[in-house]
Amino acid sequence: MAESDTQGADYEEQHVHSVYEQIASHFSSTRYKPWPIVERFLQELPDGSVGADVGCGNGKYLAVNRNIFIVGSDRYALYQILSTNLIKIAKQHQPHAAIVADSLSLPHPAHSFDFAISIAVIHHLSTPARRVEAVKAVLDLLRPPSAEGSRDGGKALIYVWALEQKDSRRGWDEGHEQDVMVPWVMKGKKEKGSKKGKGQEERDQVVEEGAVKQAEDKTFLRYYHLYKKGELERDIEEAGGEVVQAGYEKDNWWAVAVLKRTN
Amino acid sequence: MKLLTLNFLTCAIKTCKTSPASFPLHPRDCELEVVESESVNLPFLKNILPRLMWDELRVIADELGLPALPSTPPTRDDLVEPSSSSTTTISHAQNAGNAAEGQQQAEEKPSQTARDLHRVLLETCIKEGKLVCGNCGHEYKVMEGVANFLLPGHLV
Repeated sequence: MAESDTQGADYEEQHVHSVYEQIASHFSSTRYKPWPIVERFLQELPDGSVGADVGCGNGKYLAVNRNIFIVGSDRYALYQILSTNLIKIAKQHQPHAAIVADSLSLPHPAHSFDFAISIAVIHHLSTPARRVEAVKAVLDLLRPPSAEGSRDGGKALIYVWALEQKDSRRGWDEGHEQDVMVPWVMKGKKEKGSKKGKGQEERDQVVEEGAVKQAEDKTFLRYYHLYKKGELERDIEEAGGEVVQAGYEKDNWWAVAVLKRTN
Repeated sequence: MKLLTLNFLTCAIKTCKTSPASFPLHPRDCELEVVESESVNLPFLKNILPRLMWDELRVIADELGLPALPSTPPTRDDLVEPSSSSTTTISHAQNAGNAAEGQQQAEEKPSQTARDLHRVLLETCIKEGKLVCGNCGHEYKVMEGVANFLLPGHLV
């Protein structure tokens, strides 16, 4: 790794991975509803399609279509926590599979998948080069098209958080700083340590920014790069992909891309 | 981790991916468990068939000490119980279009071959053990059914 790359990885370890490790079960309990465009993308795949969900989190998309095979992956730095966290939830769905992997070092043969999804992942990478590399890692999973100009290859759906979201409660919009730290507040936690009953966990409430803080509240900050209009498409082009469809949905930019065939 | 997963996994180290020796990963010191699922998903098995790297799956089955897989992969027809498909084909011979096709598929019953394939690919799981790259020798641990492909910093 180059030095700047190492710094990027270290930064993300501190401001993304270790935060998710601590907020995992709360975060997961608020992330159960599939987003419509992702759901439709997965439902429209031909039966028997094989693909990857890179950054699968709690695995909510693994349950959408049981006639396809998805290998979900996510990363957490401490293995002992992993087995009880998000990945464990993910592996319960049939017939899919879940593994622990880094989105920049995926353990899949190149160009072997019919589809790949990357939902709310790429915006956690902290340098432009690493974001393009992450997009490339997703695109490189796809079967290339059979001929130049043909779009019969594998398809990827990529989702990132948008800078333009003036109607959201965060209120960011064009012109705002794109690299931000976003708070996640865990409220009312009275016990320390990992041992606690299920009842306690249910009583804990997750409140994001804007909440009145109490003594026991703990705020975690996660790093995000907010994408501005057209930026995701540019990253995809730079990573060797071709955008076939793109749009904006509920504070996010999304794009469907194929691998560009280079003869 | 279902054995089918191994059909889509290789070494996470970039320089290994171009080497044929990195696929498949080799299971070592593995503890297996059979996780029974409700039913055989015949359309799924039929569609996944062309994606299977059969020779490599045979190697994996052998290394895990499982009964040997046949030397050639089954065909789509092999997966259907003969009696179930022939009757439906005749009864729907007059019909045209997707409805007949859908109904025919719904009435097809999985053959013993399909059930065997379902058992080995989707119900046989690696619970604990290691997956080893045949190119660089790196070992990936499987714990509680989840394989960990995170690399130490010097290998990224």
